[in-house]
Amino acid sequence: MIVPYGHVLLLAGILFVLGLVCAVARRNLVMVLLGVEIMLNAAGIAFVGAALRWQQLEGQVFVLFIMTIAAAEVSVGLALIVRAYRRTGSIDQNTYDLLKW
Amino acid sequence: MTLYALIFYVLAAVIVVATLVAVTRRNLVHAVVYLIISFFGTAMVYYLLGAPFLGILEVIIYAGAIMVLFLFIIMMLRVERKAEHRFSLGQWLPAALVGLAFLVLVGLLVLTDPGAGAALTAATVSPRVFGRFLFQRYWLAVEIVSFLLLIVLIGALFLGRAPERRPTGGREGDS
Repeated sequence: MIVPYGHVLLLAGILFVLGLVCAVARRNLVMVLLGVEIMLNAAGIAFVGAALRWQQLEGQVFVLFIMTIAAAEVSVGLALIVRAYRRTGSIDQNTYDLLKW
Repeated sequence: MTLYALIFYVLAAVIVVATLVAVTRRNLVHAVVYLIISFFGTAMVYYLLGAPFLGILEVIIYAGAIMVLFLFIIMMLRVERKAEHRFSLGQWLPAALVGLAFLVLVGLLVLTDPGAGAALTAATVSPRVFGRFLFQRYWLAVEIVSFLLLIVLIGALFLGRAPERRPTGGREGDS
């Protein structure tokens, strides 16, 4: 007997909120991407717990797909950050004000 | 409280503390290293919840590939140390409020769920069973995801290519 499923969900929820705060409140572009990674990881924990709760393998299969999506997102995101850094010389969000009037 | 429950709570505490420290670091390298600790803990939680193959994948993909990619990019960018010299309160206060509201809602939902009291029974899925299930039921999704990875590879190559040559030459070694 492990813990109730609600505690697994609570852990996933806390991690998701931490990732959300990191993605919203930080001004560094790399930290924003890290926040998105934390959120995807929290979703994975919830899926694995659900797979054990209902004894269905689909939860674990979806975690595999989530990992793939995370790798895809982070590679394209980091390439975009490098490109933006080449153009502006900074990775601070506040310097991207070209369209601000 | 069984031994499994004790392990889970200790792991959960380690994960939450490491992530909390990582989110509030100013130094990007420190943040990434704390996140690696968090992802190792997550891998052990996967192992505890009966997914050893996913735990290994978590270590290889998340803690290995993705975080090392982050480290490479951080070292490439030559970020100045005081780029984010202060945490602006106007930006952190709404985020903290929204996060707190969300956390309270999650707690209420979990506590009022009638089926949440029963403890999970331990079960484990061997990689053989997992792989057979994956390729029997979800082979089309695997193909689609692999195609997505190909698209991402091409996209990252396109975005990260060297800037166009000036007519005067030069800027070749610029990464």
